[in-house]
Amino acid sequence: MVRYKTFKALFQRNRRPGDIVFAWVFLAFALFLLWNLPTQTAAPSGGKFVAQPRFWPAVSLIGMAVFAVLHLVGSAVSERLYGRWREVLTWARSLEFAGWFIGYAVVVPYVGYLPSTVILALILLVRLGYGGRKTLGWGAVAAIAIVVLFKSFLQVKLPAGAVYEYLPDGLRQFMMIYL
Amino acid sequence: MDTLLSGAELLMRLDVVVALLIGSIGGVIIGAIPGVGPAVAIAILLPATFAFEPIVGLTMLLGIYGSSMYGGALPAVLINTPGTAVNALTTYDGYPMTQRGEARRALSIAYSASFCGGVFGILCLIFLSPVLAVVAPMFGSREIFLAALLGIILVILAHRGQVFAAGMLAMFGIFLQTVGLDAVTYTRRFTFDMTWLASGVNLIVVVLGLFALSQAFLLLVEKDSSPKAQPLDGSLTSGFKEVARHKRVTASSSGIGVLMGMIPGVGEFTAQFLSYTYAQKTSKTPEEFGKGAPEGLIASEASNNAVPAAAMIPLLALGIPGEALTAMMLSVFYVHNVIPGPALFQNQLDFVYALYIALLLLNVIVIVFLMVSTNLLTKIIRIPTRFLGVMILILSFVGVYSLRNSLTDCMIAAGFGVFGLILKRLNLPIVPIILGMVLGGIMEVKLRSAMARVKTPFDMIDRPIAFLLFLGILLVIGLHIRTVIKEHRAREEETDHDMHNTHMGQ
Repeated sequence: MVRYKTFKALFQRNRRPGDIVFAWVFLAFALFLLWNLPTQTAAPSGGKFVAQPRFWPAVSLIGMAVFAVLHLVGSAVSERLYGRWREVLTWARSLEFAGWFIGYAVVVPYVGYLPSTVILALILLVRLGYGGRKTLGWGAVAAIAIVVLFKSFLQVKLPAGAVYEYLPDGLRQFMMIYL
Repeated sequence: MDTLLSGAELLMRLDVVVALLIGSIGGVIIGAIPGVGPAVAIAILLPATFAFEPIVGLTMLLGIYGSSMYGGALPAVLINTPGTAVNALTTYDGYPMTQRGEARRALSIAYSASFCGGVFGILCLIFLSPVLAVVAPMFGSREIFLAALLGIILVILAHRGQVFAAGMLAMFGIFLQTVGLDAVTYTRRFTFDMTWLASGVNLIVVVLGLFALSQAFLLLVEKDSSPKAQPLDGSLTSGFKEVARHKRVTASSSGIGVLMGMIPGVGEFTAQFLSYTYAQKTSKTPEEFGKGAPEGLIASEASNNAVPAAAMIPLLALGIPGEALTAMMLSVFYVHNVIPGPALFQNQLDFVYALYIALLLLNVIVIVFLMVSTNLLTKIIRIPTRFLGVMILILSFVGVYSLRNSLTDCMIAAGFGVFGLILKRLNLPIVPIILGMVLGGIMEVKLRSAMARVKTPFDMIDRPIAFLLFLGILLVIGLHIRTVIKEHRAREEETDHDMHNTHMGQ
């Protein structure tokens, strides 16, 4: 019993709810990758062992699996914290915003950088509960400022929107280059 | 001296001056807003700087790196929320001073101590650089491999209480950089026959996901808040007198900052922690620490500001980044085909000096800016957090998409954003992944090239520096095991208690 207590004390850590869920998933992921090591990497005959293309994936995946087991043990022997599934739900809620981000990336080449940025800023602000005209106004100003800073001044590589084609001659050129 | 002058000459261009101004003032503002931080800002700006010359891009990024901690002290002192993670200990003594009605004094001390730490760090390096130019060429493939290995081990062990998590995440980072086509044998590694994985996982996409997007997601899913900070009256220059009164604490903290900055994988947090502990142990009034002791404030601010300059040492001399921000800067070098390492210190010492002078100038710009604009900054702190989240999301897009206009990159970044959010919510470290990716790449390349000369394992360490590094690795691991055993024995006596373990701060 004393030995068990000592073992527990060695591994106990300060944790947050949901730690054990993450520990299990990460271990499963590490083991899945390790399982695929022979098929996903090559080890041509000849050449030194440490220079093989399989060497570093093997080292890292074995390390990942070993540390993941230790992390899981640490999590399992610590006292249970309640609210783990509520925490997992919080993680899942971030997927919505990941979706908005990817949607934004899909739309930009068609609608153009300036219009899509302003629209996204306004939609997201309304979605997050900012209804006031002042906040939305600041949101639109900030979105325009970001576009002007990066596209007009820093000239970062972003595609011109397909809808810009339908603009009148002089404006089209300007929009394609600067906004 | 001539090299120093030609270094200064490199900076005398309008674009460099503008980059320095934008970087240093922008860095202060970014540091002052809790929830943004230099890592987010550098990650977003990184692709934009690829279009500039190395000196312009690096000056801007260095500006943000060096000045964000000045800004971070502001919310730490005024609203008990560190602006950047490395200002955490500033809240210990800064906020109690604010509660006593001494906010102006606290900020003034924090700024002055930051300035002294920053300048001390840079001066150390300017004088150290000629020595480095001699030592750096002694680092061959074997030595760089061992130094990178030491860096990885230190990153893992520096996360006290989270060593296993740091270990698995560092290993994950090493694994990530192996995905794709192997550059030497042209064999595929973990591509699962998918074309988008063949080109590997881009470091900048991962950085943007883990640092910038995750922060946006975090601010968006958490409750909205709008911190309030009171405006300040009076001058902020009096802090220099107090810092001068605590010369010993200032000097020792700056020294610890420089030392910790030079060792890869250790960084600001350890520097701040060590110098705070040292200042407390050697103080005549240790009981005042945590209740508003000026010495505590000086210790934490002087040490964290001494780090950026020192962190440039392993980056420039050996090409080994010590923490996440220098790891990001390394990619700016690579994009311009300037390979940091021994050759840079030998052949382009003026470039290195130019960076140091830029660091020195930025400290002056920042202190002047803060003296006149602190009140304006107290307004910026009040931006609602969810509004900030939307802006970071929009900014992250420019960073990811401008790299190569790839939707796949955006999806990978979004995936890492969610992963980063989970890590942040669980209070697990993100930095080991980035350092694993960068140092893992260096280790693979250097070990392969070292193999040409290595017949037996002992050949790895048959040169003096390689042997010293090897001893260093053994020493670090040995010391860690000793500490774990000691702590464990101390804890064993306390195991029998009635309190819930999670309340004991273990």
